[in-house]
Amino acid sequence: MDKTVPDVAAAVAEIGDGMSVMVGGFGGSGAPIELIHALIDRFRATGSPGGLTLVNNNAGNGRIGLAAMIDAGMVAKMICSFPRSSDPRAFTQKYLAGEIALEIVPQGTLAERIRAGGAGIPAFYTPAGYGTDVGKGKPVAEFDGRMYLQERWLKADATLIKAETADRLGNLTYRKAARNFSPLMAAAARLTIVQATRIVELGGIDPEHVVTPGIFVDRVVQVAAPQQEEALIRQGAVYA
Amino acid sequence: MSAKLSNAQIAWRAAQDIEDGAYVNLGIGLPEMVAKFQPPGRQAIFHTENGILNFGEGPAEGEEDWDLVNAGKKAVTLRPGAAFFHHADSFAMVRGGHLDVAILGAFEVAENGDLANWSTGPKGVPAVGGAMDLVHGAKRVAVITDHVTKDGKPKLVKRCSLPLTGVGCVSRIYTSLAVIDVENARFMLREKLSSISLDELQSMTGADLVVPPDSCDLVVPEI
Repeated sequence: MDKTVPDVAAAVAEIGDGMSVMVGGFGGSGAPIELIHALIDRFRATGSPGGLTLVNNNAGNGRIGLAAMIDAGMVAKMICSFPRSSDPRAFTQKYLAGEIALEIVPQGTLAERIRAGGAGIPAFYTPAGYGTDVGKGKPVAEFDGRMYLQERWLKADATLIKAETADRLGNLTYRKAARNFSPLMAAAARLTIVQATRIVELGGIDPEHVVTPGIFVDRVVQVAAPQQEEALIRQGAVYA
Repeated sequence: MSAKLSNAQIAWRAAQDIEDGAYVNLGIGLPEMVAKFQPPGRQAIFHTENGILNFGEGPAEGEEDWDLVNAGKKAVTLRPGAAFFHHADSFAMVRGGHLDVAILGAFEVAENGDLANWSTGPKGVPAVGGAMDLVHGAKRVAVITDHVTKDGKPKLVKRCSLPLTGVGCVSRIYTSLAVIDVENARFMLREKLSSISLDELQSMTGADLVVPPDSCDLVVPEI
């Protein structure tokens, strides 16, 4: 089996209009910039994919990555915990103009909904959000004298992930704190697409060190010198 | 001493209650300052919800690694014995009762322990981040805040008027004037600045202060 593909365009080729797409990363840490930009390139060339629902902790920063996708008009809905950043204008403008929908989810609930989606657990109870605006309309229950909110799993058509090392079976390691949501998202999507800085031979990743086992991964593309979102923002980069 | 504590002094006071070896999450902004004032001989282990235990101070400018950031997306460094983990494990640490202390900022705290710290109303873009999870699960949830708003209105109130972050979740409040516990849905005055009278403090507080017999002066160093 070989899950590697030759380039980023091929890696994201199956993402189509109206799909839900999870995107790994927490701010710039773990953001798969090259895969995102490959989607933007196809949208500019063909008008597709559009009408996407994106799942990420944030909602883009500056004029690159997710923010550039939003700017380009590819995103119909954002599911996130914190749609603010050092330069949130792309999302803010669309949101205030009523051109993008927002589902705000507490960060731990977002993580657990994605985990549940990948684990086949349709719903779970959490204390987070009970008695607040985000709990409105959701079922509640008492366990051992405390009140909890029912939250549902979150799944997606596709996931975009940035890894440090991959093999052709899709076993992954990540760099420092860049893993954040990615191991959860890898399991929660029907089609998991990974950009990896290095692709090694089978056995090149110690099985003790595998963070995401390859069963959760479908496509792997090498991006040998990945860009860092935060560094691009500090350079004032614009993906246009 | 001036009539109220500086932010650094409030942070200093909060730091005195953190035990050696405690697992601690500090909210973005003012709560982050608490890390600077750990008493000599004590070393807490700091947790950031994006997946690091035992991170340290920010690196020198130019030395940043943007895969190594805290919840505020500021670059951090690692201490020996640090660990990385994914977001579901991170919030298992939070909700599962494994953190000893979480310290957050506040717009309002009510005498029943309700906290409002994420939204000032329906205008603009809502953003909650990890606060709604963090207020549940840590063994102690403390708030660090000015005693009143910039307009001089009480931040410690009978019932919150702003959208809630969590219900009945706050156990201790460190303010610029006092240290107050929430017990049995009442504000218990543990410490107050000697330069202010109880009547003055009560007039700046939106709910009754209960003064237990062991209530004492709030004493902090010049910083």
